[in-house]
Amino acid sequence: MNMKLTLKIWRQSKPDKKDAKGNFTPGGGKMETYALNEVSPDMSFLEMLDVLNEKLVKEDKEPVAFDHDCREGICGMCSMYINGQPHGPDRGITTCQLHMRSFKDGDTIYIEPWRAKAFPVIKDLMVDRSAFDRIIQAGGYVSVNTGVNVDANEIPIGKGIADKAFDAATCIGCGACVAACKNASAMLFVAAKVSQLALLPQGKPERKARVEKMVAQMDEEGFGACTNTGACSAECPKGISLEHIARMNREYFGAKLTSERV
Amino acid sequence: MSANPTAVKQKPNWLIEMLGSTIGRKLMMALTGLFLILFLAIHLAGNLQLLVPDEGRTFNEYAEFMGHNKLIQIVSILNFAFIIIHIVVSIILTRYNRTARPVAYAYNRASANSSWASRNMIWLGMILLIFLVLHLINFWAKSKFGPIEEVVYEGRTYHDLYAIVKMEFANPLIVGVYVLAMAGLAYHLLHGFQSAFQTFGVNHVKYTPIIQSFGLLFSILVPLLFAAIPIVMYVQSLL
Ligand code: HEM
Ligand code: SF4
Ligand code: FES
Repeated sequence: MNMKLTLKIWRQSKPDKKDAKGNFTPGGGKMETYALNEVSPDMSFLEMLDVLNEKLVKEDKEPVAFDHDCREGICGMCSMYINGQPHGPDRGITTCQLHMRSFKDGDTIYIEPWRAKAFPVIKDLMVDRSAFDRIIQAGGYVSVNTGVNVDANEIPIGKGIADKAFDAATCIGCGACVAACKNASAMLFVAAKVSQLALLPQGKPERKARVEKMVAQMDEEGFGACTNTGACSAECPKGISLEHIARMNREYFGAKLTSERV
Repeated sequence: MSANPTAVKQKPNWLIEMLGSTIGRKLMMALTGLFLILFLAIHLAGNLQLLVPDEGRTFNEYAEFMGHNKLIQIVSILNFAFIIIHIVVSIILTRYNRTARPVAYAYNRASANSSWASRNMIWLGMILLIFLVLHLINFWAKSKFGPIEEVVYEGRTYHDLYAIVKMEFANPLIVGVYVLAMAGLAYHLLHGFQSAFQTFGVNHVKYTPIIQSFGLLFSILVPLLFAAIPIVMYVQSLL
């Protein structure tokens, strides 16, 4: 049974601007209403938008710009705030994994971009998440010399630690945590990255400098502080735990109190 | 936004840099918040003596002891300092956090992923702040500066603070304000108690469930007992 839907979608042609001082100027835009009939419950949410865009193109209208790439929940590109929640009403999935069977015939669906000063809107539903890249560049890596391949199991790692590090490593950098947080805080993302490397022996040499630099960059980008509301973890498609935020806090206080950087 | 992300800005002092960071500001909230929680427990233990049926003697003797003990005086100055830090940092943090989302969502279902208390800490705090000012005017200022009756127990004179409390709690309006404020406190603690431990970095399979259960118990029991004092004393005033 096909469904009739009313879509309310954020349309914005001019990008938001963020200058070097962090001043933010919204590009301006508004919610537009579209009627879409013949939506199959088997379609994914992105396929539904593809159908809308084909229709808009046929009508000689500007299609809705949105980010997507893998369409299987691993790239983290499909950032959409759907009916008041990042990636829509279902838990543990990205927008591309959301299917129209989660909605009912006659529903009105609100679709908005991530809202954060640190994620300026480029166009319509597309946001610039390069702030995350800069946080990673600030310290979210291990420095290794190139050369002969190292044997994969040369350094023994306990199963418990390996599992924890792997849980943290499942973060896909989608930004749903920032979008869901009332403070647009990036703590869950940064914590996942700090945690992953802090847990593993390979991450130990740069451990203190890493957390200091990544937190400094996080603040520099204009993400809010953490109120421990837990919205991030609840909305994270990978279910990253708040335990990682606690670990990052420990890492941060420990590094600040004991590192040689004054 | 720095052009070169690897170049971290050199700030004058690491401690100031730490406390000024978003995580550091939360550390100040958690430290001061937990101290205030400790204060609440002690304050409650003291105030419950108001309900001892001896026309206020136990309470007046206790108040006299608290008012003259040097250690208690130092702790109470610290307490004032901490509550001011807690309030000032909470306002700085809340304002900063608002700037992090300059354009609001047209449709936001925050209740789907977070508790009401956690999203309204500043408003719950404001209720507590208003209450605090009224409370200080009501009792603390009167006990320090106001004209006050004296009572004699076994040849020693004491300030009759109990009489002031009794008079205040005969007023149903004041009783109502106290009960409402304690509801605000309950919700502030419901989120705040466990949140402070998370801020410190304490999140562990063994301890977090204990912290959460104890926090829940504390957040309900302490405000409830605080609220019981004006209610009981009001009822007593009717008898
Ligand atoms: C007896 C009085 C109070 C106690 C025991 C108390 C306790 C706490 C605790 C334990 C926290 C959690 C800290 C954390 O998350 O790490 C907290 C957070 C908070 N408190 Fe209080 N508080 C009190 C009064 C106030 C007042 C008077 C205000 C403001 C006017 C206030 C505003 C806040 C705010 C805004 C937060 C959340 C900050 C954030 O994470 O964004 N509190 N409080
Ligand atoms: S922590 Fe979760 S919500 Fe945040 S960026 Fe990573 S995967 Fe996305
Ligand atoms: S498009 Fe890759 S996660 Fe959705």
